[in-house]
Amino acid sequence: MTASVHREPDDMVRVLDEDGEVVDGAEVPDLDDGELVEMYRTMKLARRFDERAVSLQRQGRIGTYPPLSGQEGAQVGSAMALGGDDWMVPSYREHAASLVQGLPLKQTLRLWMGDENGARVPEDVNLFTVAVPIASQIPHATGLAWASKLTDEQDKAFLCYFGDGATSEGDFHEGLNFAGVFDTPNVFFCNNNQWAISVPREKQTASKTLAQKAEAYGFEGVQVDGMDPLAVYAVTKAAVEKAKDPAEGELRPTMIEAVQYRFGAHTTADDPSVYREEEEVQKWKAKDPIPRLEKFLLRTDRLDEADVADIEADIEDRVADAIAAAEETPRPDPVEMFQNVYAEMPGRLEKQLEWFQSIRAEHGDEALLED
Amino acid sequence: MGENLTLVQAVRDGLRDEMAEDDDVLVMGEDVGKNGGVFRATEGLYDEFGEERVIDTPLAESGIVGTAIGMAAYGLKPVPEIQFSGFMYPGFDQIVSHMARLRTRSRGRFTCPMVLRAPFGGGIRAPEHHSESKEAFYVHEAGLKVAIPSTPHDAKGMLIAAIRDPDPVIFLEPKKIYRAFREEVPDGPYEVELGEAAVRREGSDVSVFTWGAMTRPTVEAAENMAGDVDVEVVDLRTLSPLDEETIVSSFEKTGRAAIVHEAPKTAGVGAEITATLQEEALLHQEAPVKRVTGFDVPFPLAALEDYYLPEPERIESGIRETVEF
Repeated sequence: MTASVHREPDDMVRVLDEDGEVVDGAEVPDLDDGELVEMYRTMKLARRFDERAVSLQRQGRIGTYPPLSGQEGAQVGSAMALGGDDWMVPSYREHAASLVQGLPLKQTLRLWMGDENGARVPEDVNLFTVAVPIASQIPHATGLAWASKLTDEQDKAFLCYFGDGATSEGDFHEGLNFAGVFDTPNVFFCNNNQWAISVPREKQTASKTLAQKAEAYGFEGVQVDGMDPLAVYAVTKAAVEKAKDPAEGELRPTMIEAVQYRFGAHTTADDPSVYREEEEVQKWKAKDPIPRLEKFLLRTDRLDEADVADIEADIEDRVADAIAAAEETPRPDPVEMFQNVYAEMPGRLEKQLEWFQSIRAEHGDEALLED
Repeated sequence: MGENLTLVQAVRDGLRDEMAEDDDVLVMGEDVGKNGGVFRATEGLYDEFGEERVIDTPLAESGIVGTAIGMAAYGLKPVPEIQFSGFMYPGFDQIVSHMARLRTRSRGRFTCPMVLRAPFGGGIRAPEHHSESKEAFYVHEAGLKVAIPSTPHDAKGMLIAAIRDPDPVIFLEPKKIYRAFREEVPDGPYEVELGEAAVRREGSDVSVFTWGAMTRPTVEAAENMAGDVDVEVVDLRTLSPLDEETIVSSFEKTGRAAIVHEAPKTAGVGAEITATLQEEALLHQEAPVKRVTGFDVPFPLAALEDYYLPEPERIESGIRETVEF
């Protein structure tokens, strides 16, 4: 599969067309029927989760939330290409990719409910922490991969997600430049969803593509149809394999530009109708990754209508269970605020904690909490 | 006749009036143009002044601050916005290495008359990095002025004064009170001088120094104590340069002081005020100075932020400690 990486930066890789037909000359990646159905199920689950999360925010049951609808193909397709020992370095919108990697949906909800415990990745899950400042996680991904290389590991790839806006930040340049110089086992996965809040992709850079930026760092960049989960899977899989086992004279890192669209707002705090046309949204909705994969699976008899109904019932339950579990979790103990700042709490901070406890005792928590 | 405006509307009004007054003034930043800013602080300016004076930039804070420095040195008066003060750090190198030092390094040949605006502070249930109060970073840096309005009237007047100031100003806007209340704001440009504190409530028993979004809960605590303890509340408004005269004269009157800020306690601006009182008015001091502040912890997410931020009950307890000493 390594061949799919070897393309011109603006030669977009596709497997499925908008009707779920395999495009001429493309090869369906080597996934068994169960894996293909699982890909579909996870994308549907992510979409339903997203719809419910936006609705919960509207009802005041969670805080500001960054939606992912439209981006399920890029997230699930790429995440499924990782092996069990590989690492994922997310930004803050990778709810579906993180789910594939092993983060329960309940935790994603808890995080956006304003509970730091939502960001506490389970011990056995190779997922780095959420990074909100744009592009700031990219050098970390390079450093993680570099450490793996320096400790003579040969079998791990480090997949880092970021958006189109992130490519304008200095951290993007520095992270990719180090990756090229030190030949680290990285896959830099750019979710180009066309909009950095209100600023369109063409105002971020005068470059023809984002993928071509990789060329300047000495390694390959490839554009993939980010709303085609099979193409995303194939390209990511090839990049992961190359990161671990490059050909003679080939550098390990790859930058993937997954061309896609966010159907909703940047976060629940903005209104896209102020800055983009509905006509454009509709044009991209025709490329929706979920019906594309569904049509392909139905036509190739990997799925029938009854399976689709079963899957829909199943995901409805899973999302409802995650919401119930998140909402049943009590507000964290405020003492947690003082913990995990240092390995050992300094004396001065202990004194502040004591004073805080005396204020709680004097006034009661109800008085301290705003409505 | 003026208009009844919220603080964020007053910021917008100040930008609008000064852009109309002075063709060299321009606004730049992420989402400030077509979108009108994530808090709507630049709403309508793109339509009124066009894309060369209300500029949507690439997503790059070092680029925003650095290019604004170049523009300012070349004679324009840029007013860049950083979307949240928690995202100023990619531009921090430009701020401390160049914005603050251009005048000094060039011995006055180049100057940097720009205003870097950013919403700051907590209380809006925001994600990580959207709630911090790091004013002390900038107060610590010689060559910068640091202004924090707490009312709509001051927001407009101080912003215009900052734009007209020959030196760079960090203008931090307390987003918790962006829309908390309205106030009569005069039409047309006017200045509220930088470096002058405002006594929000006169009192004789204890002086409480505060700024930004903490001003209102501090006044509320003072009102709750009225009849029992007579609290003077001083809104510093400008943290660099500090209005030492107002601070010291208030303390000389009361002999007791408390300081209220959202920022963590250690090396917060409260420490500088305390040291100034020691240096300038030790013989008037009747009790230890009490600091009621955020804790020395990373700003918590929404579920715990009410426990982090000082509110009237905590402020009152702190004031009583110094009064009852």
